[in-house]
Amino acid sequence: MLNFTIRRLLFTIPTLLLISLIIFLLLDLAPNDPTGNLPLTIPAEVREQIRKALGLGDPIYVRYYRWLVQFFVNEPLNLLGEWTHSCIGDCENRLRVTSWATRSPVVDLIAERMPQTLWVVGLSYVVGILIAVPIGVYSAYRQYSWFDQLGTFISMIGFSVPTFFTGVLMIVIFSVQLRWFPSIYDTTLRVTDWSSLGAQIRQMAMPVFVLALYNAAQISRFMRASMLDNLNQDYVRTARAKGLNERVVVLVHVLRNSLIPVVTVIALGVPQVFGGAIITEQVFKVNGLGQLLIIGIQGADIPLVQTLTFIFAVLIVLFNLIADILYGILDPRIRYD
Amino acid sequence: MKMKSILLGAAAALALAPMAQAGRGDSGHLNIIYWQAVSILNPFLSGGTKDVEASSLIIEPLARYDEKGNMVPWLAKEIPSVKNGGVSKDLKSITWHIKPGIKWSDGSALTAKDAVFTANYCMAPDGGCAQKANFADVAKVEAIDDLTVKVTFSKPKPFPYGPFVGAQSPIIQAAQFKNCVGAKAPSCTEQNFHPVGTGPFVVDQFRANDVVTMKANPNYRDPNKPSFASLTFKGGGDAAAAARSVLETGEFDYAWNLQVDPTILKQMAAAGKGEVISAFGTSVERLMVNFTNPDPKLGDKRSTVEGGPHPFLSDPAVRKALSLAIDRQTISDVGYGSAGKPTCNVLPAPAIYASTANDSCLVQDIAKANKILDTAGWKRGSDGIRAKNGVRLSILYQTSTNAVRQDTQALIKQWWSEIGVETELKNIDAAVFFGGDQSSPDTFQKFFADIEMYTNNFNGTDPEAYMGSWTCKQIPSPANNWLGDNMPRYCNPAYDKLSSEMAGTADINERAKLAKAMNDMLMQDGAMIPLVHRGSVSARSKTLMGVKMNAWDSEMWNAADWYRAK
Amino acid sequence: MTDLNTNPIGEIEAIAVVEDPRSQWWDVWDQFKTHKGAVLGLAFFVLVILLVLVGPHLWTIAPNHIDIRAKNQGMSLAHPMGTDQLGRDTFAQMLSGGRVSLAVGVVAMALSLFVGTLVGVLAGYFRRIDGLLMRFTDLFLALPLLPLLLVIIMLFRDTLRAAFGPETGIFILIVFVIGITSWMQTARIVRGDVLALKQQEFVLAARSIGTPPHRMILRHVLPNVMSPIMVSATLGIANAIITESALSFLGLGFPSDFPTWGRLLFDSTNFMSLHPARVIWPGLAISLTVLSVNYMGDGLRDALDPRIRGR
Repeated sequence: MLNFTIRRLLFTIPTLLLISLIIFLLLDLAPNDPTGNLPLTIPAEVREQIRKALGLGDPIYVRYYRWLVQFFVNEPLNLLGEWTHSCIGDCENRLRVTSWATRSPVVDLIAERMPQTLWVVGLSYVVGILIAVPIGVYSAYRQYSWFDQLGTFISMIGFSVPTFFTGVLMIVIFSVQLRWFPSIYDTTLRVTDWSSLGAQIRQMAMPVFVLALYNAAQISRFMRASMLDNLNQDYVRTARAKGLNERVVVLVHVLRNSLIPVVTVIALGVPQVFGGAIITEQVFKVNGLGQLLIIGIQGADIPLVQTLTFIFAVLIVLFNLIADILYGILDPRIRYD
Repeated sequence: MKMKSILLGAAAALALAPMAQAGRGDSGHLNIIYWQAVSILNPFLSGGTKDVEASSLIIEPLARYDEKGNMVPWLAKEIPSVKNGGVSKDLKSITWHIKPGIKWSDGSALTAKDAVFTANYCMAPDGGCAQKANFADVAKVEAIDDLTVKVTFSKPKPFPYGPFVGAQSPIIQAAQFKNCVGAKAPSCTEQNFHPVGTGPFVVDQFRANDVVTMKANPNYRDPNKPSFASLTFKGGGDAAAAARSVLETGEFDYAWNLQVDPTILKQMAAAGKGEVISAFGTSVERLMVNFTNPDPKLGDKRSTVEGGPHPFLSDPAVRKALSLAIDRQTISDVGYGSAGKPTCNVLPAPAIYASTANDSCLVQDIAKANKILDTAGWKRGSDGIRAKNGVRLSILYQTSTNAVRQDTQALIKQWWSEIGVETELKNIDAAVFFGGDQSSPDTFQKFFADIEMYTNNFNGTDPEAYMGSWTCKQIPSPANNWLGDNMPRYCNPAYDKLSSEMAGTADINERAKLAKAMNDMLMQDGAMIPLVHRGSVSARSKTLMGVKMNAWDSEMWNAADWYRAK
Repeated sequence: MTDLNTNPIGEIEAIAVVEDPRSQWWDVWDQFKTHKGAVLGLAFFVLVILLVLVGPHLWTIAPNHIDIRAKNQGMSLAHPMGTDQLGRDTFAQMLSGGRVSLAVGVVAMALSLFVGTLVGVLAGYFRRIDGLLMRFTDLFLALPLLPLLLVIIMLFRDTLRAAFGPETGIFILIVFVIGITSWMQTARIVRGDVLALKQQEFVLAARSIGTPPHRMILRHVLPNVMSPIMVSATLGIANAIITESALSFLGLGFPSDFPTWGRLLFDSTNFMSLHPARVIWPGLAISLTVLSVNYMGDGLRDALDPRIRGR
């Protein structure tokens, strides 16, 4: 297993480089433009000068190389310098990956967005899993009971009604009518005492609920299907015949064997937590990583989008590796060597 | 008894008077929402309206436009003119006198050197200054003394108020930005996020594309202003959500650019928390008519003058009929409500430039439009679509993606079908449509369609450069990398003559006459079909007082005078 | 020795299948019929399809006919589902929108399932191409969707429009775009299941008698990974309908006067408190369709499972 992990980790380096190149080419080919959102009162020649100042006049391989150096050399050096409070190399003139729209280092922007994204999207993901797994297990165990039917119905609604709709519905009910929760998320809020904690919980309630419902709907379906497959297997009959406690049969034997598709879904979802939830963040004005990405894409802010997507790609590759390792742990028969 | 009550009333009034004119910080906290989030507080590096407006709370120009479009001195003592000697007789220089005693928020004094620095900062090569157009034809900017700035132009400028006027051309502090000139401009993150200014507020915390918090400027020139001690400038979401937060939930005090279906706005406003306000500048939603042939078969010559004239839009009768078939009032009512007025001019304001010669288009007349097409020989085929010599009246009509624009498209498609014109609708993501990417076929400059719709306007009140957009040399083509403003590819020597005449005329009434003549020429030739004179529309909380909605300058222009109703 | 025995057994098996293929599918249908939810789902699905196919011929108001004087109306005899902000009849829009949404949903889901299952099974079954295929999947997961869409549209829209006409061309484009960007999850899940399945005794047994890979996959592996595929199908149809609306909104989909369920839902969201009915209809239509597909999937999976069928 260790061998496998090391081999896979080494293999990720060329993979990620290739992915970064393809992303860069794709962004360069995309027809949007960094001056596209400027008012039309700015004349065409000035726009051309802005493009030149951003470096768009250089050939693509120069720009890609520049990004590689900035991301893989300058950014780590800068981070190291900040940690050790010292100046490594030419730290005054070191060029960091700089966003075109804000003219500030992309990594700083990402760091600024992390807290709200992790709080809202991350928490909703955890809540979603915590709800989905028990519901999936019980729905499968009591297939076609009223609980199962209700669960199916709710999760289908949860999945087929998009968040742009549920989000606005929640705002109309809870912010406009009942006035329980604010409709706009305050990213500057610092949790220092009980009342600010209360405010934080109130502003998180709606986005977390909307996203958790969506996540839970999806995961519970996979959990239920996988449990159903396993409940009919011979080993379950054997275990019961041996006189094992029903609880042990279901929660230890069946659950463990049913987790493989669920682990895949969950592992695939984790990078998406860091990718933010574009629509939900937009609806509740959470302004996390998802909103940063979508603004970057709309404004054709190539350094920002390139860096964000690349970090996203690293997480995807990493979590898929974790999922593969988990398969081996969950099902000892799976061997990679 | 009566006397006593009068005295008491007077005493109460005296006691209340200072309260109404509250001192600095008395109104507490102000919440503003711009659903397009602020990216940067340096308008020279962005140019986006949201960034210009947010920065106008912090940095200020020498003069700006008030809510009626009049130029008012701001950091300057008075507006220079030929009459008061501020503008030289040959129209080649302008001299500004700065008000004495103005301090930057860090306590240092504002001097003419700051203005000179600002001009050099924007004019530096490699800087990519977005406001460079304001410094067009500037030869030299110099400080005569501590409070006097002289701008010299390379040629006579009948309208010399480009530099240092309006929210797009404020003054930044030389001391703060001295290491940020030219190619170094983008690396000055700290300066771009926390500019030092002379305005009523200073930046406290800046989160790019999210939120800005500000505090009252302790060194602001009026000791009693601003009335608000602090403010939050939030971004994110969409226009409907921003409107809801002011009008329905009351979480915010001011929301900007609410292009939302008017029925929804009206229903939100019925909650009683706030009110919708609008102001009209020079924005006109218009249809551009392609005079050249956009047929894909032409390859590289598509939509260029070399590709030949348009198969049917080159017929004046067709252009006339298309315009007549449109009910502008309905478009305005459905899409814009109080923020729209039907118009027949591409230059609807300021009042002195507005022509009335084309107003007949305000009335929809389908019958007349049909008759014009019949007379011109366009006969209806079996499918109800008109054709002549094998050319069908089939239009590809493109615009940017925007709910109101798609509604307008649907309406116009229906009206045109009533005069036997077939329409295919196409909408393109705004970042692509307005992006100008050379490799994209979908930009508004390339105009690979028959009709396209968008809004344009001009900064300030002088239309010379704007009216110059439709001269022959402005036609976009592969030769000039499609960089040109003449989307209809309209080319008329008589129009070019008027345009160059205007550039040499100083008298305001003469200029107005020329501008009107140019507008009328464009309208009568049907190069554009104007639809709606669009206002900017915002919402304010009913407790927020002193707001004077301004379409000529930043909407935040008089934020120093805003206060909270008691 | 095993090699010698392989072929006869394989042939006998094959003959058995060829001899009496119908009875097996009758068995499946019989089992399917006993699943009440599945039958109900099927009935509803067929009803919706009939409605959107026949409906527009009976309800003759054109979906994009504008009657501005009748805008924003509630339910009435003339407009059973009310009208929108331009006075277009919501019922007519629902009928013609359903046609497009169902077609896009089913075809895009099928495409995404096909690609996902193919990649997943191949990667899980053949060790040698596993790494390559999974890194390819990672790449697709990592690509930023919006720029990808913009590029695809820029490159192919005009060609397809010229070749198939505006509507069919864009239909092909949308189905392709949704299919190509949503298969990855299915692929990963199916691969995980196949990896586990490969170690089971019956697979080993089948392999030891020399069953060729394609038959192994079709007869032994695929039926046993049906459940996650069925769930993916259910979720995929909802996903495709919603994604289509997002594409139209970005100007990458059908022309704006071309109604679809997702688009109707999106457009009416802001009118929620003004005219709740406008949001409810498309929302209900999407949810119920997805629900019916889910129950059909449930029933089909049970019916295909030999252990359950035998009971």
